[in-house]
Amino acid sequence: MSINRVLIYSILSFVALIYLMPLVVMLITSLKDLDEIRSGTLLSLPQSLNFDAWGKAWGTACTGVSCEGLKGYFWNSVLIVVPAVAISTVLGALNGYVLTKWKFKGSDLFFGMLLIGTMIPFQVILLPMARTLGFLGLSGTTSGLIMVHVIYGLAFTTLFFRNYYISIPNELVNAARIDGAGFWLIFWRIIIPVSIPIIVVSVIWQFTQIWNDFLFGVVYSSGDSQPITVALNNLVNTSTGIKEYNVDMAAAIIAALPTLLVYVVAGKYFVKGLTAGAVKG
Amino acid sequence: MKKKSSAPRQSLGNFLPKLVVAPTFVVAVIFIYGFMFLNAWLSFSSSRLLPTYDWAGTIQYEKLFANDRWWVAAENLMLFGGLFIVICLLLGLFLAIFLDQKIRAEGAIRTIYLYPMALSFIVTGTAWKWILNPELGVQRLVREMGFESFTFDWLVNTEMAIYTVVIAGVWQSSGFVMALCLAGLRGIDDNIIKAAKVDGASMPLIYRKIIIPGLRPVFFSALIVLTHIAIKSFDLIVALTGGGPGFATDVPATFMYTYSFTRGQIGLGSAASMMMLMAVAAIIVPYLYSELREKKDEH
Repeated sequence: MSINRVLIYSILSFVALIYLMPLVVMLITSLKDLDEIRSGTLLSLPQSLNFDAWGKAWGTACTGVSCEGLKGYFWNSVLIVVPAVAISTVLGALNGYVLTKWKFKGSDLFFGMLLIGTMIPFQVILLPMARTLGFLGLSGTTSGLIMVHVIYGLAFTTLFFRNYYISIPNELVNAARIDGAGFWLIFWRIIIPVSIPIIVVSVIWQFTQIWNDFLFGVVYSSGDSQPITVALNNLVNTSTGIKEYNVDMAAAIIAALPTLLVYVVAGKYFVKGLTAGAVKG
Repeated sequence: MKKKSSAPRQSLGNFLPKLVVAPTFVVAVIFIYGFMFLNAWLSFSSSRLLPTYDWAGTIQYEKLFANDRWWVAAENLMLFGGLFIVICLLLGLFLAIFLDQKIRAEGAIRTIYLYPMALSFIVTGTAWKWILNPELGVQRLVREMGFESFTFDWLVNTEMAIYTVVIAGVWQSSGFVMALCLAGLRGIDDNIIKAAKVDGASMPLIYRKIIIPGLRPVFFSALIVLTHIAIKSFDLIVALTGGGPGFATDVPATFMYTYSFTRGQIGLGSAASMMMLMAVAAIIVPYLYSELREKKDEH
């Protein structure tokens, strides 16, 4: 191996170590007890595998006023994510189908209008949305958060499906139409069977976005309806009592596990979603 | 005869697709455009604890511009945004170029560079808050290694805290730029590079003259996304520094949240969010314009 190759491999490995370090630090800290944390350093290994901090983070740690750990909030996030992802993906698929295969006058304009929805900073809609949720009686509820996530995810899912369906030849649809197939039949029998890859991308994108959301969660939920990101922040940033770094780190890993799992299992589609969401239009 | 029977069916066929996208259309009109309009109105009203839709002229903007904390937030955004974007782009490009050298275990390394992107900013903030903790984190680690006067207290230092946000942000997002650049590099025609090599061009020259210019569209989209992340950044700052010490790491997003939801200054908060919208528009409008013009040229 030439000097150059050695240099390249060293740089790449060194950077990889730095990128891995926070995860490793979180993991080993979560396995130590507080004495070990105080006497050792960031990178010293735990003396034994001690999962007490994990149990506490899951079941009894205090997040603000209540001391029931993260488990309730974890399930809140699941209850928000599942319907929000399903609804926004289905609607996105239908929109994309219409915007490519059943174009009408003004459909391109409509798509352009939606695209802008992927770009606005959400701070601009926070206040009117808070008012509207109050008006609908959905303030501080899981249903309210589901609604918000569906609404502001629609632009993204429509974008994904529209860009994917544009590459499906129109002749396929037109031939079916001549044979007498209607709107729904074509959708079910021709479009959906070839849509699996983009459905996966859309689901992963929406899952990650909604699971990781903090802004909507912190503004529109309260107490028992909070998602896990908000609960994690409350847990880590409470100023009362002794700071339990091991519990903090276990809690952070618990909050990160679902999206990390998705990334490990479906990394290819994760990256596709990332780049599809990035390179708009 | 045949024509007659298919007529009603066709009109239904024309109607149905519109009916299917109608809900999304209504949602977009109300929840994107209507809300943007309402928010703009709020920013010209005298709203404080409760929103009132009166007309108070530019009072809220005057208050905003007279507010020192707003200027700290705006300056922080420029500082954090500028560094975050430049470092992510450079680091992403270099990592992609290195990874593009037929590296063994490329997949594994790529996975490691990109995994932070799967985490929420709250998790990222929590992790880095612990690593940068002056008493137990990196400072302690280096001191234990024998450098006893080593000091690294940026997290609690008013002057330096904003740079810790840059560190955590770069860690989170640079892998994404790397992935974009790598895809861009793979898309560049090998034949041009081979031809340049035949002509005796050196590798650095080829990168400078052919490959990096070929990556321009990638840079452009990465720039747009990173700017967007920077302007919206809220969670990372809340989790890492809480906007502190004091309000030293406030950015417009945390400023807007504080004034709207904890200080009961709804008018001021909406004015701040309008400024954020302007900032995004200043980036997005030229981008869309250039995209649309390019598409027209293709025809």
